[in-house]
Amino acid sequence: MRFKSTGVLPGFGLSMGFTLTYLSLIVLLPLAALILKTTTLTWPQFVDEVTSPRVMASYRLTFGASLIAAVINSIFGAVVAWILVRYDFYGKRVVDALVDLPFALPTAVAGITLTAIYAPNGSIGKLFKPLGISIAYTPLGVTLALIFIGLPFVVRTLQPVLESLDPEIEKAALSLGASRWYTVTRVVLPSLIPAWITGFSLSFARAVGEYGSVVFISGNMPMKTEITPLLIITKLEQYDYAGATAIGVVMLFISFTLLLAINWVQDKAGQHRVIH
Amino acid sequence: MTKETLIVSLKGENATDPVRALTEPRWVRWSLIGVGVLFVALFLVMPLVEVFGSALDKGLEYYLNAVTDPMALSAIKLTLISAFFSVVLNTVFGVASAWAITKFNFWGKNLLITLIDIPFSVSPVIAGLIYVLLFGLQGLWGKWFIDHNMHIIFAVPGIVLATIFVTFPFVSRELIPLMQEQGSDEEEAALVLGATGWQIFWKITLPNIQWGLLYGVILCNARAMGEFGAVSVVSGHIRGLTNTLPLHVEILYNEYNFTAAFAVASLLTFLAVVTLIAKALVGARYEKEKEVLPSSLESEPTL
Repeated sequence: MRFKSTGVLPGFGLSMGFTLTYLSLIVLLPLAALILKTTTLTWPQFVDEVTSPRVMASYRLTFGASLIAAVINSIFGAVVAWILVRYDFYGKRVVDALVDLPFALPTAVAGITLTAIYAPNGSIGKLFKPLGISIAYTPLGVTLALIFIGLPFVVRTLQPVLESLDPEIEKAALSLGASRWYTVTRVVLPSLIPAWITGFSLSFARAVGEYGSVVFISGNMPMKTEITPLLIITKLEQYDYAGATAIGVVMLFISFTLLLAINWVQDKAGQHRVIH
Repeated sequence: MTKETLIVSLKGENATDPVRALTEPRWVRWSLIGVGVLFVALFLVMPLVEVFGSALDKGLEYYLNAVTDPMALSAIKLTLISAFFSVVLNTVFGVASAWAITKFNFWGKNLLITLIDIPFSVSPVIAGLIYVLLFGLQGLWGKWFIDHNMHIIFAVPGIVLATIFVTFPFVSRELIPLMQEQGSDEEEAALVLGATGWQIFWKITLPNIQWGLLYGVILCNARAMGEFGAVSVVSGHIRGLTNTLPLHVEILYNEYNFTAAFAVASLLTFLAVVTLIAKALVGARYEKEKEVLPSSLESEPTL
């Protein structure tokens, strides 16, 4: 098996050489350093670090809130994608452009802004205060920030798939006597499932690693509203490099698992489309 | 579907009116639009309004003072520096990697594409952490660099590195599918006609991918200027030296100087809005570029 098999154009050595060097220096070597650093811990030490009660509490918050946010985004993101592709309404182009705001708005700005809105004296927070519900500085606030940050993923993965659906299929369903409800739930929505899963996973993966938009609204109380990425920073500030690294490796492992899962779903979906 | 429901749906008004039957009843359409727009308004429009509202809370003069404060200006400068390096280096990388991946076949191509995507799936905090572990005082190479009087962590190079990491795949990710779609026919034709590699790149490939490239650069720049988590880990928060704009926002906010924090944040929000507009404008041309037919053939006048 030769490294280079085909291609007549020049520049393979130069472009591949630069690509591999740059990739190794910026991404691969530093990540290897992270793994290497973990080996300074023995296995029991590593397990202790990543399963201490404070760390476990942060996993529960991070993964729980990320999961809820991803579910909510999957529902409302689908509605937004649907109305952008299927319906015409005034201001549609503005809504379409706004969907990318969480990508474009720096996370720190999102963080302080959401905190200001949902704090007890904020424009939405004060509506809930008489009901005895606080949003900022609780897991609820964390979830809201994660909804904000994950919204574009679901919309932007569903949108192109919805656009590319063949209208003939829906006409066929209609001519075979299916009601509109039946067509949508049994014909249209099932063909969206791979993209839906991808959007959900991307939104979830982003939420798990998110720091900037959460750290202001969460209040950062240990055991209660402390997210896992913050815990890494806290340990670094206490010069507990090994502890920070151990938690980092766990998060890295989870990110890679999600990345592989997303790639797998997309591959499956690709094959699915070829067969039909 | 049971026989009964089939008959019911055949008798229903939907089945008799094919146009209406291909969309939902009016009340469903309006409800969905209402829910979608309300969700966007609540989660996306409201924060935008809040930023500018809070920024101007104490009047225009206070606002101008906050954004022209020497610390704010030095933060702006550092943000521009790190965005400049990220955009330039990642653009060169994006073009090189897309050329290698789309113009040649080689073993491990899919693995390479996955590796390029890694920075997107890694938490920004970890992006910062890995450089601390390499170049920090206790780091793998940290002692050597510090002995040679090169400060990377808690200094500008660390901030630039962390920013490069988080924006690493942006250009590459746009160019790989685009160049894959366009194929190599034009480049191969040029080669046969005697063009050199660089001539092919500048005269054939670059004009074909210009909008996709610009699109990637816009996204890369926006993220580079706004990055917070990764930069926060490596910066050390030294005022006037290692503070980028997002970090400056954090410091002002943590000092309960809310109006000034929002004033500086409004600069970043303005940048985000410009990014969205640029993205929408460039995105339309980029879509055309994605069509397989080369634009040069399309625009040729018909005689």
